[in-house]
Amino acid sequence: MECLFGFVGDGFALVVADTCANQSIVVQKTTEDKITCLDSHKLLGCIGESGDRVQFSNFIQKNMNLYHFRNGIPLSTSAAASFTRCELATALRKAPYQVNMMMAGYDKRTGPCLFYLDYIATLQKLNKGAQGFGAYFILSLFDKYYQKNMNVEEALQLVDKCIWEIGTRMVASPANYVIKIVDRNGARLLARRGRNMSPNLPYAKIS
Amino acid sequence: MSITSYNGSALIAMVGKNCFAIASDRRLGVNFQTIACDFQRIFKIHDKLYIGLSGLATDVQTMHQRLQFRHKLYQLREERNMRPETFASLVSAILYEKRFGPYFCEPIIAGLNDDGTPFICTTDLIGAKQLAKDFVVSGTASESLYGACESMYKPDLGPDELFEVISQALLASVDRDCISGWGGIVHVVTPDQVITKTLKGRMD
Repeated sequence: MECLFGFVGDGFALVVADTCANQSIVVQKTTEDKITCLDSHKLLGCIGESGDRVQFSNFIQKNMNLYHFRNGIPLSTSAAASFTRCELATALRKAPYQVNMMMAGYDKRTGPCLFYLDYIATLQKLNKGAQGFGAYFILSLFDKYYQKNMNVEEALQLVDKCIWEIGTRMVASPANYVIKIVDRNGARLLARRGRNMSPNLPYAKIS
Repeated sequence: MSITSYNGSALIAMVGKNCFAIASDRRLGVNFQTIACDFQRIFKIHDKLYIGLSGLATDVQTMHQRLQFRHKLYQLREERNMRPETFASLVSAILYEKRFGPYFCEPIIAGLNDDGTPFICTTDLIGAKQLAKDFVVSGTASESLYGACESMYKPDLGPDELFEVISQALLASVDRDCISGWGGIVHVVTPDQVITKTLKGRMD
């Protein structure tokens, strides 16, 4: 029961993913980072089949690096999303990658943006989006509470509302989440949320 | 749910007096969940040629990229734009290439010939071309669209009237189909200009 969602705020884009790695009924790990930093100003949140998730996001990350290495400049977020879509579309009728993604990035000229990428290579630029079973709850919350140009505090409040809703209303909801942000200063970890935190991690608990 | 109704779509193209109009809905959905209300289904190939693609969204995007590539290559080689009939044959050939593993999209092609006469045609998912003199429709709402267009269409309409007719036909039909709608976009193309308007419909 994985959750991945994100939205665009005032000069930033946020991606939130759960951090639970499950194998049928067993919770193998509760600190699995499902959001990869593709480069300094891009995030790729990825959920789905665990092998494909890790392999595909690493593959895209290395290709971003290769382009930068060869050409001296990094790809824009829309170009990166388009490249990712093409890889998914090419593999679709051979050996499909079963991963659903949200890609967020910040470009100097165009600002922050967010892309929705389906496992069957449907690409759409969005201001707010969600993947997984959590989407059924989160999209309604977005419709009600999302506004354009929210600042980071308001954005985190919305994220907390979403996490609370999933925790209350979804069966087998994930315990912990990671929140990453990308803005003009780069892509980085913003916060973590959840129940059942490992005692070694200094993260806030939500009740 | 069938693969062609996974994302939901509705498309019309209509012929007027020395002009044509092509319209689509804007919903992108995954089964019954709506993802976006600004999905692009109509693509400009050149100033006087538009293609609308209905069906599975990933194949819509893949087909658009392939056709754009082929047309740009044609422009480089022939130093001119493709005529609508030629483009329709190209679309048909590209779709038939995948006869036993097709792209799940059904295009409608609308263009103006060099002499200003409009051309519309549609193909099925494996490239069977159907030319028409009045209108063509495609998408999950196609049955409603046929009925609405048949009753509202008149030959030799001017650009403004054509816009009215195609918009009303589109909005009336998508209201009867739960997986298409959420607004609309219409391009009316005459020999001198292209007028693009977005429609505000029922957002449900």
